Amino acid sequence: MTEEQQPCVQPSKGPIGVGESDGSEPSRDESKQEERKMIARVGKPAPDFEANAYVDGAFRTVKLSDYKGQWVTLCFYPGDFTFV
Amino acid sequence: MQVLSVSTDSHFTHKIWQEEELSKMVDGGVPFPMLSDQGGRIGQVYGVYDEDAGIDIRGRFLIDPDGVVQAMEVLTPPVGRNVSELIRQIQAFKHVRETGEATPSGWTPGKPTLKPGPGLVGKVWEIWKPEKAF
Repeated sequence: MTEEQQPCVQPSKGPIGVGESDGSEPSRDESKQEERKMIARVGKPAPDFEANAYVDGAFRTVKLSDYKGQWVTLCFYPGDFTFV
Repeated sequence: MQVLSVSTDSHFTHKIWQEEELSKMVDGGVPFPMLSDQGGRIGQVYGVYDEDAGIDIRGRFLIDPDGVVQAMEVLTPPVGRNVSELIRQIQAFKHVRETGEATPSGWTPGKPTLKPGPGLVGKVWEIWKPEKAF
């Protein structure tokens, strides 16, 4: 992989198809914030998202749906450098 | 099995944590993508974003090859996860997916499974007893 120049702030979509107008621009008004409630449920499709990631020594965007066909363990944690 | 870790830290912070600390715990650093959820928007749809603290709390989601959530576990920050239990659940979900059988409480590979159907009604006691839960 070639080292690419990247901007300091690289927008990523975050949740895809969840309470967004059409995904083209991030929604900022509060009514949209309201719609972003928990939708993950066992037995239901995992909400797709795109996020900036650090992987194999590089920065890239990762989409959950890129991993269709594989088992995925998605682990949220409170923060880097925390103790547990 | 693909692991994805997510926190509200930036991907820049992930890089420094990997280099400064994780690579000293795990040879070569952790081998999975470290995702950034700045603003907690992803955590919100997974029900793990704490608005007061501004962080994603400890939540683990097991997602099958069709993209369906099969299991979730959410803990407050001071208590860490049990990786052995995660692995057991993965083994059980894979077994269920491959065979159509069901795995009773405490199942680990090699223990009896259940074959759901009319013939099993009222007969689970013949296959499973409480001591098998441990």
